[in-house]
Amino acid sequence: MQGVCATDKRGSKELGSEELVGWDEVMQGVVVNSFEGDATDIARQKAEERNYSEFSSYTATVASWRVIKPVYNRDICIDCQNCWVWCPDTSIVSRDKQMLGIDYDHCKGCQVCVEVCPTNPKSLLMFAEHEDLDKALAQWPQKEKKEK
Amino acid sequence: MAITSVKNLKEFSTANDRFEGAHLLCPGCAHSMIVRELMNCTDDNLVIAANTGCLEVSTAVYPYTSWDTSWIHIGFENAATAAAGAEAMYKARKRKGTLKDPDAPVKFVAFGGDGSTYDIGFQWLSGAVERGHDFTYICLDNEVYANTGGQRSSSTPIGSSTTTSPAGRISYGEKKMKKDMVTIMAAHGAPYVAQLAPNKWKIMAKGFQKALSTEGPCFINTVSACTTEWKFDSKDTIHLTDLATDSLVFPIYEIIDGQELNILYRPKNILPVRDYLGAQGRFRHLFKPENEHVLVEWQKRVDAHWERLQRREEARV
Ligand SMILES: Cc1ncc(C[n+]2csc(CCOP(=O)(O)OP(=O)(O)O)c2C)c(N)n1
Ligand code: SF4
Ligand code: SF4
Ligand code: SF4
Ligand SMILES: [Mg+2]
Repeated sequence: MQGVCATDKRGSKELGSEELVGWDEVMQGVVVNSFEGDATDIARQKAEERNYSEFSSYTATVASWRVIKPVYNRDICIDCQNCWVWCPDTSIVSRDKQMLGIDYDHCKGCQVCVEVCPTNPKSLLMFAEHEDLDKALAQWPQKEKKEK
Repeated sequence: MAITSVKNLKEFSTANDRFEGAHLLCPGCAHSMIVRELMNCTDDNLVIAANTGCLEVSTAVYPYTSWDTSWIHIGFENAATAAAGAEAMYKARKRKGTLKDPDAPVKFVAFGGDGSTYDIGFQWLSGAVERGHDFTYICLDNEVYANTGGQRSSSTPIGSSTTTSPAGRISYGEKKMKKDMVTIMAAHGAPYVAQLAPNKWKIMAKGFQKALSTEGPCFINTVSACTTEWKFDSKDTIHLTDLATDSLVFPIYEIIDGQELNILYRPKNILPVRDYLGAQGRFRHLFKPENEHVLVEWQKRVDAHWERLQRREEARV
């Protein structure tokens, strides 16, 4: 299917679903490790190569914030990476200079990626959260004529 | 310093993100665009300090962290203090030979909001710069105490309606001028000071790289459009930032060694300040006929500031 990419190791814990302790039970000076084991080479590892600990927010989801979602159409995309650089939620998955798709566990549906996409028609468009991805792609608009 | 190529966006996009999703910043928040870019522009180890504010509360929601680097949370006034302390300890341990990997490149960075930078942490920032620590301080300037519900700060510009400078029947909102923090920090003699914005991603990435590779204290004021307090739609963060830089409300420039001023971006079409103000709810009341004088005042100040920057650039002083 076009348009989606999910990396396997990403979790899907709903934020707030963990067992909570009261503020007075939290130790002062808490250290939270983002990774299991050695993390010296993290800057040179892609997300799917990393050993995230359960404390990394990478293993959590904010998908329930969305009422609309961006859908990606690979056929029109020119891999300019505008969406990648401006996504505030690290939710555009790009590898080897190619846009692969949207990380729907971390996307909040802000629509910034759609606004900065330069193609005509856009390669990213917003649809209702419940819309089926294939159906969304089937409704893609045609090239818009520039107003004179 | 191990630099990520920012020659073009395709190359930059091969950076491996070290700022993770599922933080709780608002949809469309510019804070995270700026933080992501800072972390993506280098491969070096980073020790980052963040004080209380939207960035900190949203990225360290116990037991979660969104940071893939060493990261310290500290009280509201002390982002600079924490980074300076870590840097001093690092140097001392290097001298004593007690570091596990003394050759690993490491950079010290502090993030503070405008409330903490312009107001409450100002003294500590000033002290850290005076002492000459090797660190980069980045102010996420959204011109308001956003995290506590939108109170004015000394970065809030004239005419802005905030919860502590509300516009109404009698008041047109904030009465005072925005503090010129960039000039103040340059006057400290810091080796690199700049004002940058996320819409101009390449200029911003290069500025970050310059600051990280400059020895000594560097200060960068970044324009951070806040959808919640500036009152605009989350999809428009970059568009709004374009209006900010192209109306010259936020000119993009650097000052080296407190002397050499370089303008880094000259808009082809300079937009009227009205276009920028009109796109945000916090300035809506300024478009009533009785507040016309504030709009006139705004444009005058922006023009005068731009003129001053150009003269300083020419004069090299
Ligand atoms: C000493 C102290 N005073 C007040 C507060 C409450 N407080 C927490 S965040 C915040 C506002 C932060 O504003 P700013 O620094 O501009 O960051 P923003 O949230 O706008 O990014 C305030 C007043 C505090 N935590 N500590
Ligand atoms: S809608 Fe917003 S959060 Fe989602 S992918 Fe686009 S820019 Fe990122
Ligand atoms: S902004 Fe549009 S064209 Fe550019 S990489 Fe993203 S989807 Fe493709
Ligand atoms: S209130 Fe403003 S600065 Fe804070 S998270 Fe929301 S958009 Fe970002
Ligand atoms: Mg602020």
